[in-house]
Amino acid sequence: MKSLNVFPIVRKEFRQIKRDKRILGVLLFIPALMLFMFGYALNFDVKHTRLAVYDEEKSRTSREFTQLFFISEYFDYIYTLQSKSEINNLLDGEHVRAVLIIPSTFSKDLQKGNSTSIQVIVDGANSSTAATVLGYINSIIQQYSLKVMSQSFMRLGRQQLTLPIDFQPRIWYNPELKSAKFLVPGLIAFILMITTVISTTLSVVRERELGTMEQIMVSPIKPIELILGKTIPYIIISLFATVMILVLGYILFDISIKGSVLLLSLVTLFFLVGGLGMGLFISTLVETQQLAFMVAIIVSMLPTFVLSGFVFPIRNMPLIIQGVTYILPARYFLVTLRSIILKGVGLSAFWDQAIVLFVYAVIMISISSIRMRKILK
Amino acid sequence: MKTIAHIIRKEFIQLLQDKKMLRLSIFAPVVQLIILGYAASFDVSNIPMIVCDFDRSPASRELIRSFSCTEYFTVVKYCESTSEINSQLDDGKASVALVIPNDFEKDLGIGKATPLQFIADGTETSSASIGLNYAFIIVSRYSQKIVLESLIKRGSTLMPARISTEFRVWYNPELKSRNFMVPGVLGLLLMVMTMVLTSLAIVKEKELGTLEQIIVTPIRPTQLIIGKLAPFFLIGIIDVLLVVFFASLIFNLPLKGSEVLLLSLCLIFLMTTLGLGLFISTISRTQQQAMMTAIFFFMLPMIFFSGFVFPIENMPKIIQYISYFLPLRYFFVVVRGIFLKGIGIEILWTQALAMFVFGITILSLSILRFHKRLG
Repeated sequence: MKSLNVFPIVRKEFRQIKRDKRILGVLLFIPALMLFMFGYALNFDVKHTRLAVYDEEKSRTSREFTQLFFISEYFDYIYTLQSKSEINNLLDGEHVRAVLIIPSTFSKDLQKGNSTSIQVIVDGANSSTAATVLGYINSIIQQYSLKVMSQSFMRLGRQQLTLPIDFQPRIWYNPELKSAKFLVPGLIAFILMITTVISTTLSVVRERELGTMEQIMVSPIKPIELILGKTIPYIIISLFATVMILVLGYILFDISIKGSVLLLSLVTLFFLVGGLGMGLFISTLVETQQLAFMVAIIVSMLPTFVLSGFVFPIRNMPLIIQGVTYILPARYFLVTLRSIILKGVGLSAFWDQAIVLFVYAVIMISISSIRMRKILK
Repeated sequence: MKTIAHIIRKEFIQLLQDKKMLRLSIFAPVVQLIILGYAASFDVSNIPMIVCDFDRSPASRELIRSFSCTEYFTVVKYCESTSEINSQLDDGKASVALVIPNDFEKDLGIGKATPLQFIADGTETSSASIGLNYAFIIVSRYSQKIVLESLIKRGSTLMPARISTEFRVWYNPELKSRNFMVPGVLGLLLMVMTMVLTSLAIVKEKELGTLEQIIVTPIRPTQLIIGKLAPFFLIGIIDVLLVVFFASLIFNLPLKGSEVLLLSLCLIFLMTTLGLGLFISTISRTQQQAMMTAIFFFMLPMIFFSGFVFPIENMPKIIQYISYFLPLRYFFVVVRGIFLKGIGIEILWTQALAMFVFGITILSLSILRFHKRLG
């Protein structure tokens, strides 16, 4: 039985990659650079929100109350409004995100023991920021409300009020709620998915467009040899990029691998081969490089960004879309990455994900070989 | 002038011949709009909650109910021991856990502070912080209610003062992520469809050597460029119309502001993306190079640093400065402003000006470079 003759093609591909310094540089170092930039820049923290206050009363109590907002790190810019008509312009021009309106009877009501109402207007255009800001404002007001309650309690001549419930929130896995810990595993999956698909997606179609495919057709190369020969160099390159990403994640973002490194490497290998196989498959499917690019973006970049759970929780999506997410390899890879890196759990928690990734890689390589056979004929 | 018309005609014939490409340029925006509109959501609702109720009293059940009756939390499991919380959170089956201690009701009755544990999975930071906030508010309200009830029970007629809050959310009253994301998709699509495809189309001629054939004809480089850009300009306009149409058809997202203003600002934005595409083509030899340069050095930074998903004001200062050089940044303010707020040119003129200046600069720079390379 003749063994597969892959080596010459691997060597040829390597030579070709080496010749284009820019592409080699991009594939080797850009993934790490992207992790560095995005990891630092992207976060969901809502801090230093600009807030305007319209204080109809201007009393000591109302000033004390507004002060509470600015001693927290969440709000830091204060616009004191002179009239209500300014609100429109401030919100329209995005000068402030929220406006607090304190009624003219604020301190009087509180003294008399009446209930008083504070109006809060929030710019809801960015819904997630708005929800967070609403939450902050609400909890500051709640705290103040409890304080007022216990003060008026004492004034009523009772013993000091102890709050009936001592609320003890705890956050697991990521106690400081650093977005980086959530985003970096997602970024790794996203970056690797794009790099792998993109590195092979032009490989076959390029040879067809430039006419070099005919030369291959007349040679005795088997389709599977050609596919493997075009994949292996990129596996090596993307493994290198992965190692750099993980090291950088450890150095910069303190993302250490809590679980098994061996398992992580194995699952990563499956994922890389799957991505490269997908790129190859696209490449065998279309006739022009432009089209290959479009298809690659549509099937890899956007879905990985939106549907893999990288940024948007899959749980919140409509059921049909949730179904769609199951065909994305990044979804499985992300679960595995987060389990290994953040939670440090073992194979038992994600073996099913690993199997899916393995099957995915096998399918991608096989269907590209089948398509390749058609092209070569 | 006549030459330009001929070149444009030739480019259009070429474009129409590539049926697959044409279909994809119409089909892709719609599919992407639908997926992004439905899936790109930060709405925090139905956070899966696991409850460890050691008290099993009316008071503890009421507290649980005050969690589960909101849309924010859904109780997925009641458990007997705290060790179960571990495994449920590890597997990601629940995201938050509530632990009610043994003497919850008794302690409430005698006015002793009773500890209530609330555990949140911090891996999804934004859901976790919003969830914690809601939990805090729910518990505070419950606390206040208990105090008031005990006052009434003791026959007090004087009530302590309370503050109520009246929230108004402007522009997007239901706080739907969709209303924020869908206008953004327009910017994303225009960038993907026009910037990269333009650069690939020009580099392709270089790669195949047909550019040299054109150079020896009396066609001037500027005419050639206009001819090359025209089809993608048209594709851009079609994409704008498609997105606006489907945004209102599928997602019920009305256009609050002026259609004319939106379209004219889209045209200015197209100038910047086409200019960038041309620029990329002048710095690339092969389509592969052009694609990688476009994706890694232009598209990804623009997607992440322009405020499509991640607010710019939370980014480090240096990235904020970089973002001023990204035309998409201005375009997002424009589309969201017109779609959601209905604001006009009197507020948006700074954004329009920034895009215009960027567009003119990048176009002239690329045309100069194009001339130099041909010369």
